[in-house]
Amino acid sequence: MTTQLLTDIVIFVLALLVGFEVISKVPATLHTPLMSAANSIHGIVLVGAMLIAVTANNALGYILAFVAAAFAAMNVVGGYVVTGRMLKMFRRARTPVPAANPPAAVAGNGQTASQDGGSRP
Amino acid sequence: MSAWDWVTQLLYVAAATCFVLGLHLMNSPATARRGNQVSTTGMVVAVATTFALVIHAGTVTATGWIVMIAGALIGAGAGLYAARTVEMTAMPQLVSLFNAVGGGAAALVAVNDYVKLAGGVGESTTIFTILDVLIGAVTFSGSIIAAGKLQGLINSAPLTFPGSRIANTVAAVVAVGGGIYMIATPSVPTLVIIILAALVFGVTMVLPIGGADMPVVISLLNAFTGTAVAMAGFVINNWALIIAGALVGASGSILTKLMADAMNRSLTNIMIGGFGTGDTVAAVEGPGGDVRSIQADDAAIQLAYAQKIIIVPGYGLAAAQAQHQVAELAALLEERGVEVSYAIHPVAGRMPGHMNVLLAEANVPYPQLKEMDEINPEFPRADVALVIGANDVTNPAARRPGTAISGMPILDVDQAKSIIVIKRSMGHGYAGIDNELYVNPKTSMFFADAKSALTELTAAVKTLVA
Repeated sequence: MTTQLLTDIVIFVLALLVGFEVISKVPATLHTPLMSAANSIHGIVLVGAMLIAVTANNALGYILAFVAAAFAAMNVVGGYVVTGRMLKMFRRARTPVPAANPPAAVAGNGQTASQDGGSRP
Repeated sequence: MSAWDWVTQLLYVAAATCFVLGLHLMNSPATARRGNQVSTTGMVVAVATTFALVIHAGTVTATGWIVMIAGALIGAGAGLYAARTVEMTAMPQLVSLFNAVGGGAAALVAVNDYVKLAGGVGESTTIFTILDVLIGAVTFSGSIIAAGKLQGLINSAPLTFPGSRIANTVAAVVAVGGGIYMIATPSVPTLVIIILAALVFGVTMVLPIGGADMPVVISLLNAFTGTAVAMAGFVINNWALIIAGALVGASGSILTKLMADAMNRSLTNIMIGGFGTGDTVAAVEGPGGDVRSIQADDAAIQLAYAQKIIIVPGYGLAAAQAQHQVAELAALLEERGVEVSYAIHPVAGRMPGHMNVLLAEANVPYPQLKEMDEINPEFPRADVALVIGANDVTNPAARRPGTAISGMPILDVDQAKSIIVIKRSMGHGYAGIDNELYVNPKTSMFFADAKSALTELTAAVKTLVA
C-alpha cells in the first residue's frame, strides 16, 4: 500500500463525512435542486475526460476522448443551468403582490395560526 | 513537486472547497441560488486548471484537440438545450439522463487509463478501475432505462420477462467474477466482458422496478454516479474528482434512505421489486362505511369561509399537471384572507422534493410549502384539509400495526376539522389498501380529475366572492 493510495482513501472518507454533514441540513423543499446540484458537481468528471486527450494517439483513444468529453460537458453545463433555473423559481412571496394578505401570512404563519386556534372555543 | 504542480493542485482544492460551500448554501431557499453560483465558480476553476494542464503537457495531437473540443462543445450544447427547454414535470428524466452521462464518462476515464497502460497499472489501481467501470456502466444503462420509464418510452409498470431474474444474476456473477479475475490477470478483453455484463445488469436491475419507486431509484443511481466519479479520481489520482464524487455519493445515499423510509420500504425490497406502480389504480370495492360525495359549489363554500386551509398535493396532482390550477385557487382564497399552506410529504411527486419545484414554478411562495414534521401539528387547527391526488400518505391505517403501510410516516389529515378529497375514484393507492380517511365522517369526496376539479372549484369560489 502506497502513501499516495492511503492519502486518497483518507480524502475520500473525509469528503464523504463532510458530504453527510452538509447535506443532512438541506431542507426537503430543496431536495430536487439539491439532487440536480449534486448532478452538476459530478460533472467534474469532465476533468478526467479532458486528461484522456493528453495521451490519446490512436483511434480508440480519440473515440474515448470524444465520447467522454461530450458526456461530461453535457452533465456539467446542463446540470448547472437547470439547477439555476429551478432555484430562480423559489420566491419568498408571490411576485406581483396582489394585496396586503400574503406578506402578513408569510411573516407570521405560526403566530397567526396559534392566535386562530386560541380564539376558538 | 514543482511550483506548477503546487499551483494546479491548490486550484483543485479551491474548486472542491467551492463545491462544499455551494452545497452548504443549499440549506435555505434564500441562499441556494448563491450556492449554485459558488459551485459553478468551482467548476470553472477546475476546468480552467485542467485546460492549462493539458496545454502544459504539450503532448496533445491536433486530432486530440479537435476531438476533445468538438466533444465538449457538442455535449455542452445538448446539455444547455435540455436544461433550457425541460418541463419541470420532466425533471426526474433529465436528472436520470445526467446521471447516465456522468456515470458513462467516469467509466470511460478508467477504461482509457487501463487500455493505455495495457493493464500494467498495479493491483490497487486495477481494483479502482474495476469498481469505476462496474459502477459507471451499471449507472449508465440503469439510468437510461429509468429515464425511459419516467418519460413513458418504456412501460413504467414493473417489467419482467421469463428468466429476467436469472439474466440479472448471471450478469452480476460475470461482472464480479471477471473483476476478481482481472485483479490477478491483467487483460483488456476481460474488461470488455465486465463492461457488457455491467450494462446488462443495469438494465435488468431497473426494468422490474415500478414507477412509484422511481424517487428511490433516481437517488440510488445518483449515489452510484458520485461513487463512480470518485473511483475515477482514484484511477487518475485526482483529488477534485475524489472529493466531488464523495460529496455526490453522500448526497445520493442520504436521499435514497429518506425516500425509502418515507415509503416504508427497505432498499432490498424495492430493488427486488416486482409490485407496485402507483400509476394505475384499479377501482375494486369501496371501503366499509359511508362515503359522502360533494359537488364543487358546496366545496367552494367550505373553502371560502374557512380561516385556515391546508392543501395536501400528491402524485395525482403531478400526474394531472394541475399545479397551476391549485396555485390559482390558493391565491384566490388568500385574497379573501384565508390562510393557505401546503403539506408536502417526502414522496409527493416523482423524485425527492419534486412537488416543491412544481409548486414553486406555479408561483407558490416557498414559506407556504411545509414539510411533514412542520405541518402535522397544524392540522387540528385547519378548518379544511384539501387532499388532491394523495392517497396512502394520508391513510390513518398507517398508525395501526398489521396493515401494508403500518409505520409509514403520514400526514395527519384526519385531524383537520373537515376534509375534502379530490380523487377520480375510490381506487386504491400504491399500497393497494382501503384509505380509512375516505369513510371518516368529516370527509367529503369530490370525484373528479384534479385539473378539472380545481378549475370548477376556482370558478365556484369566484361566483361566491362576486
